[in-house]
Amino acid sequence: MARTLAMFTDVSLCIGCRACQVACKQWNQLAPEEPEWTGTYQNHHHFTDKSYRLVRFFEETDDKGQIKQWHMMSDVCKHCAQAGCLEACPTGAIYRTEYGTVNINQDICNGCRYCVSACPFGVVAFNHDTGTATKCTFCNDRIHNGLGPACAKACPTQSIKFGFRDDLAVVAKKRIDELKTLGYKDAQLYGEDSSGDLGGLNAFFLLLGKPSVYGLPEKPKLPQRNVVVDSLLSIGSALVVALGGLVAFRGRGGQGGA
Amino acid sequence: MSLSRRDFLRYGMAAASSAAASGTIDLSPVEAAATSLRIKEAKAFPGVCPYCAVGCAQLIYVKDGKIVDIEGDPDAPHTEGALCPKGSSTYQLSLNERRITRCLYRAPGATTWDEKPLDWMMAEIAQRVKKTRDATFVEKVRVGARDVTVNRCEGIAWLGSSVLDNEENYLIAKLSRGLGLVNLENSARLCHSATVPALGATFGRGAMTTNLIDVQHADVIMPTSNWAECHPVSYKWVMKAKERGAKIIHVDPRFTRTSATADIWVPIRSGTNIVFFGGLIRYAIESKKYFHDYVVAYTNASLLLDPQFKTPTDLDGLFSGFNPAIRSYDQSTWKFELDADGYPKKDPTLRDTNCVFQRLRQHYSRYTPEMVERVCGIPKELFLKVADIYCSASGPDKTATASYALQLNQSTNGVQQIRALCMLQLILGNVGRPGGGVVALRGHSNVQGATDFGTLYHMLPGYPAEPLQGPHPTLTDYLEKTTPKGGYWVNNPKFVVSLLKAWWGPAATKENDYAYDYLPKREKADAYSHQHFTIGMLQKKVKGFICMGQNPAVDSPNAKMVRQGLRNLEWMVVVDLFETETASAWKEPGIDPTSSQVEVFYIPGAPAAEKDGSITNTMRMAQWHVKAVEPPGEARSDAAFIVDLGNRVKALYAASKAKKDRPVLDLVWDYQPQGPKREPTMELVLKECNGYATEDITDKDGASLYKKAEPLKTFGHLRDDGSTACGNWIYGGIYPEEGKNLALRREKAKAGDYLAHGWGFVWPANRRIIYNRASADPSGKPWSEKKKLIWWDAEQKKWVGNDVPDFPGTMAPDAPRAKDGPFKGVSGTDAFIMNPHGLGQFFASIVDGPFPEHYEPFESPTHNLLSKVQNNPVAKVYNVGDLNKLGTPDRYPYILTTYRLTEHHAAGMSRHVPWLSELFYGHFAEIGPEMAKELGIQNGDMVTVETPRAKIRVRALVTERIKPFMINDKKVYQVGIPWHWGYQGVMKSARGDITNDLVASLGDPTTFIQESKALLCNVRKEA
Repeated sequence: MARTLAMFTDVSLCIGCRACQVACKQWNQLAPEEPEWTGTYQNHHHFTDKSYRLVRFFEETDDKGQIKQWHMMSDVCKHCAQAGCLEACPTGAIYRTEYGTVNINQDICNGCRYCVSACPFGVVAFNHDTGTATKCTFCNDRIHNGLGPACAKACPTQSIKFGFRDDLAVVAKKRIDELKTLGYKDAQLYGEDSSGDLGGLNAFFLLLGKPSVYGLPEKPKLPQRNVVVDSLLSIGSALVVALGGLVAFRGRGGQGGA
Repeated sequence: MSLSRRDFLRYGMAAASSAAASGTIDLSPVEAAATSLRIKEAKAFPGVCPYCAVGCAQLIYVKDGKIVDIEGDPDAPHTEGALCPKGSSTYQLSLNERRITRCLYRAPGATTWDEKPLDWMMAEIAQRVKKTRDATFVEKVRVGARDVTVNRCEGIAWLGSSVLDNEENYLIAKLSRGLGLVNLENSARLCHSATVPALGATFGRGAMTTNLIDVQHADVIMPTSNWAECHPVSYKWVMKAKERGAKIIHVDPRFTRTSATADIWVPIRSGTNIVFFGGLIRYAIESKKYFHDYVVAYTNASLLLDPQFKTPTDLDGLFSGFNPAIRSYDQSTWKFELDADGYPKKDPTLRDTNCVFQRLRQHYSRYTPEMVERVCGIPKELFLKVADIYCSASGPDKTATASYALQLNQSTNGVQQIRALCMLQLILGNVGRPGGGVVALRGHSNVQGATDFGTLYHMLPGYPAEPLQGPHPTLTDYLEKTTPKGGYWVNNPKFVVSLLKAWWGPAATKENDYAYDYLPKREKADAYSHQHFTIGMLQKKVKGFICMGQNPAVDSPNAKMVRQGLRNLEWMVVVDLFETETASAWKEPGIDPTSSQVEVFYIPGAPAAEKDGSITNTMRMAQWHVKAVEPPGEARSDAAFIVDLGNRVKALYAASKAKKDRPVLDLVWDYQPQGPKREPTMELVLKECNGYATEDITDKDGASLYKKAEPLKTFGHLRDDGSTACGNWIYGGIYPEEGKNLALRREKAKAGDYLAHGWGFVWPANRRIIYNRASADPSGKPWSEKKKLIWWDAEQKKWVGNDVPDFPGTMAPDAPRAKDGPFKGVSGTDAFIMNPHGLGQFFASIVDGPFPEHYEPFESPTHNLLSKVQNNPVAKVYNVGDLNKLGTPDRYPYILTTYRLTEHHAAGMSRHVPWLSELFYGHFAEIGPEMAKELGIQNGDMVTVETPRAKIRVRALVTERIKPFMINDKKVYQVGIPWHWGYQGVMKSARGDITNDLVASLGDPTTFIQESKALLCNVRKEA
């Protein structure tokens, strides 16, 4: 397998211009959609089968209700090392390329949508026209021909960087150190650690605050894993209830004894 | 033009591979898989983004005659291959179901469009032009005791465009002046017209002083515009500076996407920038943080003023010479004390109480931090913190960059707001130096070029004034009154005579003053601007209108009134890509179409991707774009329309013997139309703008300099004897040899040349940072190693360094003032060579005063705290009765400010582009939570916003980013409303009420730019 390709999105450089969103539409020739009222500059609410890249906007206020920061984060498919969509796909339509990206073969996809619910980030969307699931491919055709993805190419401030994952990880760690020196004490990487959640994300991020500020799960997990965890939890809960009953019993007994 | 083989190699697949090489990674080791790539066999043509004036270079990929992809050119030094959302959607300007590709005709009173053949349309339009010209032409008028030939036609207005190419604007200027038109404008009037006199009066040229790439070298950057949102790709240089540790101070009434990247956000009440900048100038002086040596050497701070000159500090808000009866100043006391040679006296110690420096100090003594707090709403502590940071970036080792755009321009104090910023940069020594400068950010691709090429009522291409009948009856009068005694403008006669030769060729002779009579003469200065002539339409004085690439129905102030004016016209021609509100004003929703008798001719135009031509970006850089595909259907370039119209009108007059028709008949108009669509050869236009010899020219020893018709190498070779022709002298050198088009140059930045002199052509003379003599100290040495740009090489006896010197190349630093020649009056330390004394000007004659003074916007929540004079006493208030009523705070308690968003552009293009239209739900107003709570408004509620001019319905976007201000100790809420929407548009989200209906008809006294940033309104929640 070739070296893994990845995308590193540094929100500290993002100006929320949405060039990435439109460049993606242009290259992938995705149809426009009527926007919905989101109450912010963001459109659309979620990834759709026609919007593979999405800039999210979040306003943060201080304890006096004054604007503290306006966070903008250009979100995209994470091409996870442990990809829920890929694992959930019953037909083998979802596959991993030699560069580590995760794609959906449109000819094989049968439209079952297991992948849609299996994605912890809400990335995969169902296209009602084609009856297939669809999402960002890191511009598969471009990266197989020596060009970077359209979004990274367009990004005015190089907030979106594309390259080999190991190289980008070095860049990202250096940038975190710089930002900490400049006083951004909450700056952190999200998804960069290959030994972390989902085996690391091939689209990883530099955030200026907690993941939840950006609408990202603090600890992303696969729903499939949750089946095991959930069942363990259920057993655990049952035990707790049972134990609780015992404790209560004993407590009452104790009180009764006092 | 076609691409040479070399170009193909550069822009074909070679470009595709360099994209990867200059991206974040070199993917060449990766073996290309069999995955197909649609641009692989496509040809790439050099393009330029048609939206804002960053001028992002594009590659337009074409396969089988069809555009398959448009993306950024990775070699471009100023954009590095990036595009913003608008640039990324350029594809949909060409490939768009809404493109109009057939000619449409609307007969007077008709309720629908009819399709008509192009030839029929052109013939009819030419006849309308002739008919209205003949009916409204004024050949001579009596001025005092003499008859003056004025050759003026006031019945037709022509709106060129800041999104058309340089050559197209030039052709419009040439043809319309040839027809005698005085109502000639482009959209630069409404966005950046105040820029020209402000920068011009301070530094000498009305253009951005620096280069976007150089912004990365600033130590502090102060955007006073919404830089990140409105010019996203250029913001990369701000972010690079920030990554290096530069501080960003964002001054804006609203917390925007620019504020989100800034270290400090300074909320300022719109319309009060002079108080903020004046406060900073005062701080720089009183804390002695100004760059003393720079100020003494390179500015007019040391010159002595006439003691009769009085400032608003002396006269409670007025300068000396005010005449209330005519609301105008007599400027006779606004002058220097002269020595025996007629040069101003000076005090290099800056101590004389009559020197400019001390008068400036006295003038701004009232602009205290407390005053800034009460007028601007900026807390004093915040102001002092910002003042300290900004003013500390001064001196030999440090520089600061400041940007501005429409917050400063669109005001009844527009010129003076920008002047104040320029003066701040001057006093801190930030002009002509790396990391310094004034960044004028223009919102349309060719605001700079359309201005340079003179589709503006008051000027000719290259900035000579469009003559006035009173002071300029003859060429001698004109040249005498418009040519200064010193500075590079002493060459004005060469520029003017060469222009007349370019326009009227053999008919312009020494004997007839080079056909000076042919030029239309304006009746007065207070006439013919965009606002003037839209009111002229309303009043039926202007009868015919040609509108190209602009949409005044939506983008003009008091737009509702303007649309009524359009409906009152006899005829109108619209050349555009889509059906604009202007073209369809007769069928505006709610209007009975039969009530309007306007005859409308809609001609389908072509975007940049479909034609040849150059566009000058905001940093004076002309870039040529090559026609990549044929325009669809009957659509063709705007140039084809102009040249065709000129030929047809000339043919209609061919039999005329009347003297008044000579300017049309003698106009040189051979642009060799080619192909089935009769597209003119645009390089011929460029060559004419560059300048050429009209006869063989020899030097004084008889050696040949130029053969007849040969292009001139530089504007330095222009002559005032008719032997040279030149359409726009400042572009001299752009086409120095036959076939050599420097605007088409696309050479990557080389090591050691970060300003990338091999990319495009920057006027003047490819100088990337102008006034760069000031980057060296008076002795010619760089002020510091860190901030060096050019310097004097004593051995070679010339100026050398990293830019083309904006200075006589071999004039030594100790050279005395030149007594004669092209640099008359310039000495070895005169860094501002265009100004009469070679100095940066704190004191300069502008019609509303030599120093910027604060006056309140005409709609203001407070009385003026600085003086008893409430509003700019010489500002223009258009008298159109009830259509221009002004609001008072009792009935309209909220401050209203208007603006544009990243994803949107002028209303004629982006609302027809689906990929842009889907990015916002629809029209909205931004309101702060406190105000929303008081009015019971929830995020997403529909509200009505009202001014005395109009009401519009919008959705409320309630956000903490909009704050109230404490003004004069009273809390005032503000409402922010983006403008973009209208009744045309590709999808529901693109259609909505017209924000500019709310705006009043007011004008800055110098340029008549409107006041659309600081208004009052009322807001009601809809039941």
